[in-house]
Amino acid sequence: MDIVLPVLSSVLVNGLLLGILYAIIALGYTMVYGILQLINFAHSEVFVTGAIVGYEVFRVLTPTSLNPYLILVIALVVAMIVSGLLNVLIERLAYRPLRSAPKLVPLISAIGVSFILQDLLRLFEGLQGRFDLAVNVPTAFNQPLPFQPLGVSIQVKDLILLVVGAVMLFGLNRLVNHSRVGRAIRAVAQDRVTAGLMGIDSNRMIALTFAIGGALGGVGGVLFAMKFPNLNAYSGTIPGIKAFSAAVLGGIGSIPGAVLGGLVLGLIENFLGVISIFGSVFPKLAFLGAIKAEYKDVGAFIALIVILIFKPSGLLGRNTTEKV
Amino acid sequence: MTASPLLPKKARPGAPDRTVPLVIYTVVTALLLFLALGDLVPGVKFPAVITSSLFLLFLGSLLLAFQWRANTVVKLVIAVAALLVIIPDIGRLNGSYFDLAIQMCIFAALALGLNIVVGQAGLLDLGYVAFFAVGAYLWGVFGSGQFQQIVKSDLPYTPLTVTAWLAPLLLAVVGAAGYAWMKGIDRAHPGAMKPKGPQRLARAVAVTLVVIGVVSALVFVATLVNAAITSYYSGHAAALVSLANGVNPNLFWLFIVLAVAAAAIVGVLIGLPVLKLKGDYLAIVTLGLGEVIRVFANNMTKYTNGPQGITSITTAPAPWLDSIAGSLKFQPEQFKLFFLYFLVLAVIAVVITVNVRLGNSNIGRAWVAIREDELAAQAMGVPLVRTKILAFATGASFAGVMGVVFAAKQQFISPESFSYFQSIGVLTMVILGGMGNIAGVILGAVVVTWINLSVLPGLSETIQSSFPGLNSNLDPAKYNRLLFGLVLVLMMLFRPEGLLPSTRQRLMMHENDDTDPADDSLNVDGAQGGALGTGATGMPDVRSPGLSPRSEDKRTGGKQ
Repeated sequence: MDIVLPVLSSVLVNGLLLGILYAIIALGYTMVYGILQLINFAHSEVFVTGAIVGYEVFRVLTPTSLNPYLILVIALVVAMIVSGLLNVLIERLAYRPLRSAPKLVPLISAIGVSFILQDLLRLFEGLQGRFDLAVNVPTAFNQPLPFQPLGVSIQVKDLILLVVGAVMLFGLNRLVNHSRVGRAIRAVAQDRVTAGLMGIDSNRMIALTFAIGGALGGVGGVLFAMKFPNLNAYSGTIPGIKAFSAAVLGGIGSIPGAVLGGLVLGLIENFLGVISIFGSVFPKLAFLGAIKAEYKDVGAFIALIVILIFKPSGLLGRNTTEKV
Repeated sequence: MTASPLLPKKARPGAPDRTVPLVIYTVVTALLLFLALGDLVPGVKFPAVITSSLFLLFLGSLLLAFQWRANTVVKLVIAVAALLVIIPDIGRLNGSYFDLAIQMCIFAALALGLNIVVGQAGLLDLGYVAFFAVGAYLWGVFGSGQFQQIVKSDLPYTPLTVTAWLAPLLLAVVGAAGYAWMKGIDRAHPGAMKPKGPQRLARAVAVTLVVIGVVSALVFVATLVNAAITSYYSGHAAALVSLANGVNPNLFWLFIVLAVAAAAIVGVLIGLPVLKLKGDYLAIVTLGLGEVIRVFANNMTKYTNGPQGITSITTAPAPWLDSIAGSLKFQPEQFKLFFLYFLVLAVIAVVITVNVRLGNSNIGRAWVAIREDELAAQAMGVPLVRTKILAFATGASFAGVMGVVFAAKQQFISPESFSYFQSIGVLTMVILGGMGNIAGVILGAVVVTWINLSVLPGLSETIQSSFPGLNSNLDPAKYNRLLFGLVLVLMMLFRPEGLLPSTRQRLMMHENDDTDPADDSLNVDGAQGGALGTGATGMPDVRSPGLSPRSEDKRTGGKQ
């Protein structure tokens, strides 16, 4: 009995952390979707690129005597730039020529880009004799925090995740909702033709959206590499699917929705990961012991389906009315 | 963007008669192929890559026989000779081509199934491989020693108490009654508005109760069957021993039928809850469900042997076919492939027939109607859910059958074979070949399978033998995704309608090409669709921000 409360609070804290991570990645999907109605399948690779950039920065700079926080800032900035530029490049080469094609066409092209990037990343790391990367985070980040929220011991890097994530989310919110550029982006998302008539260069706004989405993916990648230090070129697929699910769950195209979806998914997943513990605590729930932690992905998807059945356009999505 | 002049167009009445070129092509490629295999001139052996290219060229004669206008008898002779004589003979000379031909057929059937779901009904399914896995595991578990392992171990479920299954059953009855009652109200007040708020919730609860009841009833039946099997075998030690290689191999035929049913049921079960979703939502949910099946295969170790997979899966014995093969000087170890090859041919013949018949039926037209415009189709009286479910189930059943054959051929299955990458691979075949067109889809499956299983391994073999010191990370076989991805992107950029598009597809993809008079599409929509000057393929820079607003609110799966 006495383990239930600590388990629940650790589910809460870890779910929150994972949720923020998902939310940051999900924003990349949702922004692109909001403006182009396109699932950018390559986003998971953009995000892994960020993670690998983070790995490389940590690998090179950790042995030096630089301040670990400076290393982190360098890693984040480099990852943002690389991932952002990569995303813009992808948009330019693989999506822009297809903008007036039926929707399945850019989707397939996105899947193709995602495959290309996976193998390119693998080639890049493979040529240096590396395949499974073990991210070496500066030791300062692995220290436990002096205080324990809800009695859960968390590490400095978790706090970093929380702070960086929150800063990113608020920054994006300000950018999109309270700036001229953000207004232009929203205008293009709403109606590209009319926005063009108002003097907005929609190509530039779309490229900018891709840059922002990619940069968020890069930040998410570095944070992911810190939290889950085992990486390879294909590591992005599952978190990518999860983050996209989070975006769908919250109502794709909606920024607060992506955050909410990420948090909900992170919490559900963490809860399902430990649900078998309850089987050992409550004899009547012994059957829960059969639920392995691996099934947390299954549970996350089933939760997604159940929520979508009742809210077909996601938690915060607007119901689109169809014109006949 | 004009259609490539290199590719054959479907025979038109006015097309020139090409009987002679067809015969010449077939004979020349066949002779070259036999020469490459060292059958004509002993001692002559070609590199594997060239031989496999010749094999593909030879298969091209089948396509030409289908596409070209030529004497029907000649066409038939070529098709029959190629499929029943030459390919088996090539398989005799080099077993790997047998294997390749069987894989091509398996993937062609998968692609045809997915073509129904995506190409015809316009439902973007990214978890299609789940149905393939259902078939493969169905036979994999029963047709191998795994079944003995299951029976030997304890009951998989603790026997459910009466309350444990009666309660959900009662709930189901209550739910069904409630639903029927609400339907009755609907019928009493036709013309009432669509149900809202609490009514919708009540309806959803009723349906949920029914689903819970059905699922628990299924679990209960499975428990009973399991208990019966276990008690039978545990009482008969000899019977248990006889399961060392799975159930009686003659049951293979039964399992082929069962796989159709099982895959179709899974298709319906997956389809029912998610079919209300559209486009991207459906895509992500099916993708997730595909992953769910893989996670189950990975973790239900007792049934699936987890990540290690199931080994030594048997097939049905076919003594008469074996004796034929023996008299044709096949090696004994090739008998199994010989049998499976003809089995696969038969299955694919059935699949194609079903596909053609369905495509030309009311159901096929309903699918296309839903793909084109769901609302309009509904308004014209097409039952939305039933039609979509039928597409899901039909597509799934093709995959289920081929799953059984795949398990029997590979003799080994593991969750690895059913990853998300495979689903995308099948989708690639459909898109690459030409969505909605049966010949195109088969062509796509053949080409993609050929690249993956023959060209890339052959290429890496050649490269490694010629440059022994080469970094093993440059092995081309490791980069099939790169190649795949490049093919996908380039195809989408330059020929989004696929290699052999169906006429409808070609017209739709070029709806906006009002600057390209060479395209013979009926540009009736051009005036409206391309009014804002979006067309002009190949000149992406001149696109004004004014993009045709039609594409904004269309569904992903739905081809506009």
